[in-house]
Amino acid sequence: MTIAEIEKPNERGLQQVAANERLTFFGLTLPYLLMVTALIVIPVGWLFYLSFIGRDGSLSFENYERMMKSKAYIRIFLTTFKISILTTIICAAIGYPLAYFMSQLSRKWANICMIGVLIPFWTSLLVRTYAWLVLLQKKGLLNNMAIEMGLISEPIKIVHNTTGTLIGMVHIMLPFLILPLYANMRAIDKDTLKAASSLGATPTRAFWTVFFPLSLPGLLAGLLIVFVLCLGFYVTPAILGGGRVIMAAMKISSNIELYFSWGAASALGVVLLVVTGIILFIASKLVSMDQLGNR
Amino acid sequence: MSFLNKNVSETQIRLKDRLWLYIFSYLILFLLIVPSLVVIPMSFSASQYLEFPPKEWSLRWYENYFFAWKVENGFNDWMQATWTSLKVAILTIFVATPIGTMAAYGLVNSNSRLGKILFPIFISPMMVPIILVAIGLFYFFVQFKLVGSIIGLVLGHSLVAMPLVLIIVFSALKNYDMNQEKVARSLGATRFRAFREITLPQIKFSIISASLIAFLTSFDEIIISLFVAGGDNSTITRSMFLALRDQIDPTIAAISTILIVISSGLLIIIQLIGNKENKKD
Repeated sequence: MTIAEIEKPNERGLQQVAANERLTFFGLTLPYLLMVTALIVIPVGWLFYLSFIGRDGSLSFENYERMMKSKAYIRIFLTTFKISILTTIICAAIGYPLAYFMSQLSRKWANICMIGVLIPFWTSLLVRTYAWLVLLQKKGLLNNMAIEMGLISEPIKIVHNTTGTLIGMVHIMLPFLILPLYANMRAIDKDTLKAASSLGATPTRAFWTVFFPLSLPGLLAGLLIVFVLCLGFYVTPAILGGGRVIMAAMKISSNIELYFSWGAASALGVVLLVVTGIILFIASKLVSMDQLGNR
Repeated sequence: MSFLNKNVSETQIRLKDRLWLYIFSYLILFLLIVPSLVVIPMSFSASQYLEFPPKEWSLRWYENYFFAWKVENGFNDWMQATWTSLKVAILTIFVATPIGTMAAYGLVNSNSRLGKILFPIFISPMMVPIILVAIGLFYFFVQFKLVGSIIGLVLGHSLVAMPLVLIIVFSALKNYDMNQEKVARSLGATRFRAFREITLPQIKFSIISASLIAFLTSFDEIIISLFVAGGDNSTITRSMFLALRDQIDPTIAAISTILIVISSGLLIIIQLIGNKENKKD
């Protein structure tokens, strides 16, 4: 019998119980782990492998080489980044003032405004995209109104192109920016602003030197979520872009649906995944993971 | 107009200085809500073309949705797709909610190192571009002949719904004092009984909201359905997407109206549940 055993007679038993507890808790997460492994890790891993298989069935970088050399692919990358960056910037420009406005209201009014953000959030993406198609088309509400008011004489083309895609995507992405940003702004202690003001700062200066820096984590979280979601976007550009705006996800889909070329689709998918992964990795260093997952 | 001189912030900004922000914000809120609602009047239009406002009213697009039978196969494709969507969404609740809740319970109680490793893996379905998940599932399901099956759709939709369940139940359990279960167990209850009789009643509203969100996620899902569904088992969103790519069929306005009613109804229920749970604290 060791001294430890004499002093704490139940030590080993307690350790056993604690180990069993840990095992139970881990066991409870197993079905989830199994689902994710079977339905994401293995299939995506398989695609990863496929992307390195050439046409003759041997290991090669053929798919990636072809992608880097092809003008069509370069254009798709550029379009994807252009649309994603523009959407993110517009969302920030619109969403920041709105989130700020809501954070200054009383809880009751802020909750009422929140409904305005949540309704589109939970309305089917397809419904919202369709609604924009109806509004923006040549004989749509917007063109008709502009003609009646005498702003334009001929209907202008605002859908089936980049403009239409951007309008639709900003509308869909805005809640993803506002939700984390608003949560962050709500948590900012208003006394800090009072303090700045009582020390003689003008309202503008108090905002830029105190409030804005404190709201940056929320803004960053929102920007990254929007950007990452935009990179993989499919439905809205497919409908509102009218075939003129081809983003990475659409190319992946057509590679499979039309050409059955799994290698090319996988290679493009891997690039998309790696870019997304890098951004999310940077994000996790900057803001906590919980915030990112909080939709 | 003395109200314009009212202070609206901690830094003595008066309302008139900030009028632009009020106008801008209400305009954006208007633009967030109203465009989706345009489908409602469109759905009651008598015209084949999408004219706004409609000149004549009718229910023909609703009739088309509910009662149109395609001559060649004797089916109403829209209704069939709706039933598939409903079936899949309800089954998704029963797969995603228990699995997500169990995992949340396990994660809350386990040490933080395990949680740090597992959490990013668990929310990966939200992080990996959904198109990649969809073609991966398609490739995977082809091997098991699950393409075009209800099981395949339920598995795919559960995958995207599980992280939402996990996050909702996880945050509910974080605010819950686990010692209550310890008390019950020290009085002789088994772990399962302690969970069922002590913990579950206190987090049940979160679990109900989580399951409603799982339902909505499945019902609205498009990309996975696009690849995994097929044959007789198309989902409503998949049929809508395919129809939208080809032409603007006003039947879609009627279906959209119904979808708006369903999702705002569920949203109201979820908000009411949330209020109930908040009041309890």
